[in-house]
Amino acid sequence: MPDLPPSGQSILRSARGSSHFLRETLGRYYATLCGDLIILLTVTMVAFITFKGLAAFTGPHPLSPLKFLFSSHWQPDAGPDEGGPQFGTLVFLLGSVSVSGLAVLLAAPLAIAASILISVIAPRAGENFFRPVLELFTGIPSVVYGWVGLSLLVPFIRNQFGGLGFSLLAGGLVLALMILPTITTLATDALQNLPGSLLEGSYALGATRWQTIHRILLPAARPRILIGVTLGMTRAFGEALAVQMVIGNSVRLPDSLLNPMSTITSVITMDMGNTVKGSAWNNALWSMSLLLLAITFGFIVIIKRLGPQDTKNGNHF
Amino acid sequence: MSGRQDEQTLHPPRPMNPSSSPIATITDPIVEVRDLNLYYAASQALRGISLDIPRKKVTALIGPSGCGKSTFIRCLNRMNDLIDHVRIEGEIKLDGQDIHDGSVDVIALRRRVGMVFQKWNPFPKSIYENVIYGLRVAGVKERALLDETVEKSLRRAALWDEVKDRLHQSAMGMSGGQMQRLCIARAIAVAPEIILMDEPCSALDPRSTSRIEELIRELQGEYTIIIVTHNMQQAARVSDFTAYFYLGSLIEYGLTKRIFTTPRRKETEDYITGRFG
Ligand SMILES: Nc1ncnc2c1ncn2[C@@H]1O[C@H](COP(=O)(O)OP(=O)(O)OP(=O)(O)O)[C@@H](O)[C@H]1O
Ligand SMILES: [Mg+2]
Repeated sequence: MPDLPPSGQSILRSARGSSHFLRETLGRYYATLCGDLIILLTVTMVAFITFKGLAAFTGPHPLSPLKFLFSSHWQPDAGPDEGGPQFGTLVFLLGSVSVSGLAVLLAAPLAIAASILISVIAPRAGENFFRPVLELFTGIPSVVYGWVGLSLLVPFIRNQFGGLGFSLLAGGLVLALMILPTITTLATDALQNLPGSLLEGSYALGATRWQTIHRILLPAARPRILIGVTLGMTRAFGEALAVQMVIGNSVRLPDSLLNPMSTITSVITMDMGNTVKGSAWNNALWSMSLLLLAITFGFIVIIKRLGPQDTKNGNHF
Repeated sequence: MSGRQDEQTLHPPRPMNPSSSPIATITDPIVEVRDLNLYYAASQALRGISLDIPRKKVTALIGPSGCGKSTFIRCLNRMNDLIDHVRIEGEIKLDGQDIHDGSVDVIALRRRVGMVFQKWNPFPKSIYENVIYGLRVAGVKERALLDETVEKSLRRAALWDEVKDRLHQSAMGMSGGQMQRLCIARAIAVAPEIILMDEPCSALDPRSTSRIEELIRELQGEYTIIIVTHNMQQAARVSDFTAYFYLGSLIEYGLTKRIFTTPRRKETEDYITGRFG
């Protein structure tokens, strides 16, 4: 390493002639290249899915988008004598919404309670024990969650409540378990990033710890906690494997917690191997992928909306 | 009673007679501190502090950075309870009762001893909700009383005219000086007996500073105010009594006028004349 030159002038001069210059330039080109590549890949993929996803709505026997979205009639392999194949995905859409909604309903309160415990009530145990455990849990592959659900949860539900055990409830519980660490981590970050002066200000006015938590800390952290909840929802909505393993995969509207049903993701994973490329059925699956992409994109928009408002508040502290 | 000698010289003179002997003590003090030691884990931040705080007067705490001024005032409303590994020895009496006594409710204590912080810290709520926060957590629900308290406290903090048309808007949209006055209003709203102010103006521009100083002068006589400041002129302008802290010890304490004109200790004189260092 050369010694640092004394003045700005000589920094420029020596930089031009040294490996420093090469490193800077090459580094910048490399970073730009990678960035461009990522953008290119994303755009290509979105374009590809859009192209494939729209195929079902064009061609000689176009599918009606309204029917696709709002009909609960899913009979992809029905012959002409049965009235031809039907591709209404409402059942799966509602299935996805209800199973991920259930997961969030179960996970969010627990996650928020845990984040309060970690960040306010027992910060030392939180950092030394709960945090590492949470990080471990976020890393567990979804097939493991599905496997645990299949071997413990499904029989448990079957024995306790009757029925098959494969159910909306099983799917919701498995997903809740999966997104619990995500929401907890983000909610904990949200609470820990609040300025300590808020806490002190509240205590100094004679508030108890609990009053401080629910009147000051939670409202102040709410935008970022909501981001965590939305991310959890996004993950639950997009999860395929674990859900498919425990939800039963029957084509029916989610009418009971204990009945088996299907989701967009589970039907795609179940059916993609059974269909012929370019067939109406295959095209319908692509359209469902596009729908999934659009919904996920919607969640991301929500998260972005929540984001800037939060930093705006944060700047005032 | 090995500290007797120190205690006598450090006690402030009787207010009526500024130039009287240093042995005289404050009659009817609201706070009496005796032999207060405070340790952050192993390091001692306060060393044998003994002083009486006069009722309904302004007492200024001065001293170089790190000498324990904040630590000291945070003892008075037991804010140091919130910090791990703090050990406190000695006695702090508020109206004759030891605030560390098991029977003392720290919540009730903090209502009697309010606090304004160096950096304004309004809650991300409306102006209205900020002012009545102390009442809300105390369980007060009557609308009329809340409304009345908001107006009274904001008037008292010289903020009413500026915010009366936007009480229900977020407090975060105010200027720094306004936010600090809001924090004062918030402290006043619970009708404390003592208001602790830790460098309340250090982050404010001169205009906002002089508004707060005016306010402190208006509040004296009604509240006991203890203010930490790095600004000698400010201490001289707003306070009745001044205590000079150095390295965790109380070096000199007395009438502000006396301290600033005829300091008894060389260290005090060096500090207030800026020859410190
Ligand atoms: N939470 C804490 N943990 C450990 N040590 C602390 C803590 N707070 C303060 N101290 C130490 O105690 C001493 C007194 O600090 P204190 O904040 O009371 O000083 P101060 O007089 O208010 O200073 P300043 O004028 O800079 O605000 C300092 O040496 C400081 O480093
Ligand atoms: Mg301080």
